Amino acid sequence: MNILPLIEAKAELTDGGLPPEPIVLSTRIRLARNIAPHRFPGRADESERVEILDMAFGKIADGPLSGGAKIRIDALSPLERQVLVERHLISRELSEAGTGAGVIIDRSQHISIMVNEEDHLRLQAVRSGFNFKKAWAEIDALDTAIEGDVDYAFSSGLGYLTACPTNLGTGMRASAMLHLPGLVMQEHMEKVIRMVNQLGMAVRGLFGEGSEATGSIFQISNQQTLGESEDSIVKRLINVLHAIIEQEENARKVIREKKALKLLDKIGRAFGILRNAHLLSSEETMNLLSLMRLAVDLGLLPEEYRTHVDRLFIETQPGHIQLSVRGEVDPGERDQRRAKTMREEFSSLPGLSFGIKPDVTPKKKKS
Amino acid sequence: MAKPEQCSNCTKPATIHLTQIVNNQIQKVDLCEDCPFKKGVTDPEGFSLAEFLLKPGTLMQAQADQLECPNCGFTPADFKKAGRFGCPVCYETFKGILKPMLSNMHKDTVHRGKVPDRALARVGIKRKLTELESRLREAVEEEKYEDAAGLRDEIEVLRSSLAESPGNSEDK
Repeated sequence: MNILPLIEAKAELTDGGLPPEPIVLSTRIRLARNIAPHRFPGRADESERVEILDMAFGKIADGPLSGGAKIRIDALSPLERQVLVERHLISRELSEAGTGAGVIIDRSQHISIMVNEEDHLRLQAVRSGFNFKKAWAEIDALDTAIEGDVDYAFSSGLGYLTACPTNLGTGMRASAMLHLPGLVMQEHMEKVIRMVNQLGMAVRGLFGEGSEATGSIFQISNQQTLGESEDSIVKRLINVLHAIIEQEENARKVIREKKALKLLDKIGRAFGILRNAHLLSSEETMNLLSLMRLAVDLGLLPEEYRTHVDRLFIETQPGHIQLSVRGEVDPGERDQRRAKTMREEFSSLPGLSFGIKPDVTPKKKKS
Repeated sequence: MAKPEQCSNCTKPATIHLTQIVNNQIQKVDLCEDCPFKKGVTDPEGFSLAEFLLKPGTLMQAQADQLECPNCGFTPADFKKAGRFGCPVCYETFKGILKPMLSNMHKDTVHRGKVPDRALARVGIKRKLTELESRLREAVEEEKYEDAAGLRDEIEVLRSSLAESPGNSEDK
């Protein structure tokens, strides 16, 4: 199995369909669906899982999602699996699953359907920026098309039946990836997470459950799936997101006003490291890139480089670095490769334009 | 003042204090807000302190532990281990265990979201069936046998159309 053509094609997250915006990196909606009366993937034996996968490839990849790439996980090398995880096209759990696990990915990489992860089907739509309307319209239409030919496990009282009762009902998890360097710098994230949790939403790192929030990137999603319509869940999430965005904007304003010199110094140093370093770990790079995205938001770099930074967030991941050299390399060599890529990428950028609004000169003493 | 009491069911501080007199005997219990027993406790009709103190849960638990899903053989022990169910039918099999869990987990315990069209059709047919069946009973009681025959035919047609769409779990 070769996933290179897919990876090298233009994708929503690497070549953003929309002009990317500050704070909200991307929007995602996923639906958990199962096929009655089959046992859920965790309980099913291999032959039943293969039956489900063949059915999905036949009825979906040759039907509503025709033209999509049909990929069997056990046909992929560990590196290829890692790359798909880094692209958010499959989950870590699926990448570790055995025979019967698969994924269908549409050409634009807006949509992917994981088969035999925790549930038989996990339909996912991703959009760059703050775009729930489009993501929902897309995933809803696909779901409706699939249901025309596939018997979903559904009960009128409990909704879509899922392997884990936490996904019961709508089976929907809507999420947004937020870039929150202001709140991180001001050490307000703990407070924000507590507030968000109280409102029934979950906060996770870049790769979902249990992952670290490197690069000040956080995933905010609904926690409850039963008892509310999809529309009202999304509306509630959007309200919470707006509140977080406002907090982030406030934090940035405070930093610009009170810690401008420190902020500019941080960004300037980050730019210097990216341009000149010879060894860069994935985590360090994520944190430096986070400052570059902030630099764009503050007008220190031209707007068009936001997409550039967003692409590097993905391409700096270990799997992508290795894929770019067409093979597995040890972490030391990876850090060297990564630094080389960053030097090249950032040398071609214009320098930071520090002539921005914040008053960086020390305050004059009142006479 | 006395020190804060602990919940009789877990270790959290108790905020609900109940006293009940049954057969001239005073029984007291302290509970925290979160305990699943809250539901039963707040319902004065259905809750007996004596039963609670005698750990009524153990009896119910024993019954629940013997459950086994007829479709996939899943047991409550399996669920405790995996945190996931075995198949769609498990939701019907374990609904007794599930209900209190769902009210802690979700906004409500009733689905209010999207409904797959064909499932909707099936739900519609089932509703219609219930209605026709009650009309049939009335017709028989009122000895309107001609009406009853017509209703019976209609019911037959609906039942066979339901039987043609296999594979969907019971709605409840």
